[in-house]
Amino acid sequence: MKLRERLSACALSAAPFVLTFVFCSLILLLAGANPFAAFSQIISGAFENYRKIADVIVAMVPLLLCASGMLITFAAGLWNIGVEGQMIAGAIATTAVVRLLPLPAGWMLPLTVLAGMLGGAVWGLLAGLMRTYGKVNEIFGGLGLNYIATALTNYLIFGPWKPADGATMSGTDPFPANAWMPVIGDTRASLPPIIMAVLAVLCVYLLLRNTRWGLRLKAIGMNRLAAERMGINTKANMLLAFAACGALAGLAGSLQATAVYYRLIPSISGGYGYLAQLIVLLSLLRAEWVPFIVFFFAVIHVGSPRLELRLQLDSSLGGILQGTIVLFFLLMRGIREVVKRRQERING
Amino acid sequence: MAESLVVQTLASVVAASSPLVFAGIGETISEKVGVTNLSLDGSIMLAAMTGFALASLSGSVWVGIVGAMVVGALIALIIAVSNISLRQDQVAVGFVLTLLCADLSSFIGKPFVRIPGPSMAHMPIPGLVQIPILGPIFFNHDMLVYLSYVAIALTSILFKHTQPGLKLRAVGERPEAAFARGINVNRCRYLYTMLGGALVGLAGATYSLSVKLGWSYRHTAGFGWIALAIVIFGGWNPLRVAFGAYLFGALGSLASILQPSFPNVPTQVFQAAPFALMILTLLLVNAEFIERLPLYMPKFGNALQRILQGKPPAGLGKRFESD
Repeated sequence: MKLRERLSACALSAAPFVLTFVFCSLILLLAGANPFAAFSQIISGAFENYRKIADVIVAMVPLLLCASGMLITFAAGLWNIGVEGQMIAGAIATTAVVRLLPLPAGWMLPLTVLAGMLGGAVWGLLAGLMRTYGKVNEIFGGLGLNYIATALTNYLIFGPWKPADGATMSGTDPFPANAWMPVIGDTRASLPPIIMAVLAVLCVYLLLRNTRWGLRLKAIGMNRLAAERMGINTKANMLLAFAACGALAGLAGSLQATAVYYRLIPSISGGYGYLAQLIVLLSLLRAEWVPFIVFFFAVIHVGSPRLELRLQLDSSLGGILQGTIVLFFLLMRGIREVVKRRQERING
Repeated sequence: MAESLVVQTLASVVAASSPLVFAGIGETISEKVGVTNLSLDGSIMLAAMTGFALASLSGSVWVGIVGAMVVGALIALIIAVSNISLRQDQVAVGFVLTLLCADLSSFIGKPFVRIPGPSMAHMPIPGLVQIPILGPIFFNHDMLVYLSYVAIALTSILFKHTQPGLKLRAVGERPEAAFARGINVNRCRYLYTMLGGALVGLAGATYSLSVKLGWSYRHTAGFGWIALAIVIFGGWNPLRVAFGAYLFGALGSLASILQPSFPNVPTQVFQAAPFALMILTLLLVNAEFIERLPLYMPKFGNALQRILQGKPPAGLGKRFESD
């Protein structure tokens, strides 16, 4: 009996992966492709050589930063869907510093980081103010701000920050060399961003686990009214959560500009903000799970463009894989709870 | 001449707003019964792709339309199952489906990008189209646009004047009370969420077969979020939701008309305008001063408050279990 229960528990936790595999295989067959070829292309696209593995790490940096920021807002029960816009705001602030301030090399990079965090925090606060004082649900506030940030980037690239030889979708002129994060060897990975991303996850883990502020945020997330009655200033704490998440997202955007593209491009946020949302859902808001899921998602993210080159398939298969796994995970969790409740009822 | 230009513009606004009408009405039905379908942006996209693809393959727009509605209803079914039977968060599932459906539309829709395909036949309604001014504005379109009028009228009548509508509203407002009166709350929620989803699917087909012909990468991106905001703006009332849809449609057309006359204003301002407007309207309808309007304006305050304010169904997002 015990063994059977344990086996069925095992089967249930493996089920999202199996179902995702089956679902995506069906989609691939529908598109006339060989599922095994497609999956192996994704894997080899991500692990082919050490430079590809470095690319996986490069993709992990913004995901780790955004996901750890979102853990803070989720703890307070807030859906900060505006992380994309906060990334963009960080990248814009960083580009402004690079373009407008003639700084010596040693000062430039630290200041771009600060500017990025500030830009993201401001954008996060906007959504927060709309939520706390304007009573606009943060999903709509955040989304609207995402579109506005995108339009602002396009305006800057095609307007005031236009390259000398004409504006294109490839973005502004490259930054001067003193605003480039140093790379490791001949890879695209850079050490300072990796350190900052790891620190961010650690800090958020400790924040939510061991600090009063973390406890307060969780109290607000569980029951806002009760927290208010307990004397917690819920509005101020929610705003602070938005600002903290915005700062981390802004840092992610800033690093995309100084360590990946070395310029401001139209889609600088690259969907990482939305992807991080999926990651946090899959982690069940546990910081310790985030790095593993981020790694898994980054592998798919880096490997799937291969599908276009080798199999003439659209790289959106990567997004389908990521989306289906979260969907099946949520559904299976629901089924598990239903089964458990039913058993409890039978056992009295 | 000037008059006919105005009439033409208004006619194009009516046509261009029809998908927003379908999506807004569909979401209103779903929320009115207590279930938020947050997946609209993805649902509309996948339905638009399916509608165009099936219409192209079969040669019949109606096959495409039915296919799009089935897609919309199935997505709504996933939300209903996960929320009602499996007790998962509606917002989480809706958000995941938004991303997933958008990616599915890109992947499956790739062979149909920018190919010529069928579209709805232009079909002026004889007699009605002869009415001066109103005729050309409202009755010089295709079947889908006329269906959007039907959707507005039927939903409005359903909510206000029929017994099923009364039950629907009871389930959305007070599920416990509805249950006590012998209504099968969860079956009712399943039914109307799927009906709402089918209308959302119809919105997608209206884009790809009537308003924004064909299919391209992320063909309808952003419209779903606008439709969700319109439901709040419209205070969960079908007529006001439709009004909101036409308002957004009109402002969209206005932007594209004004754009050439203002070459100094960057085009990005016009791109961001609908979303800035979305935020502003939500700030307005939620603003606290509306609560105090009757105090400021003893005569019209109450009426103005009723127009601006709308309360969400009290049972929105609340699960119901009979045991």
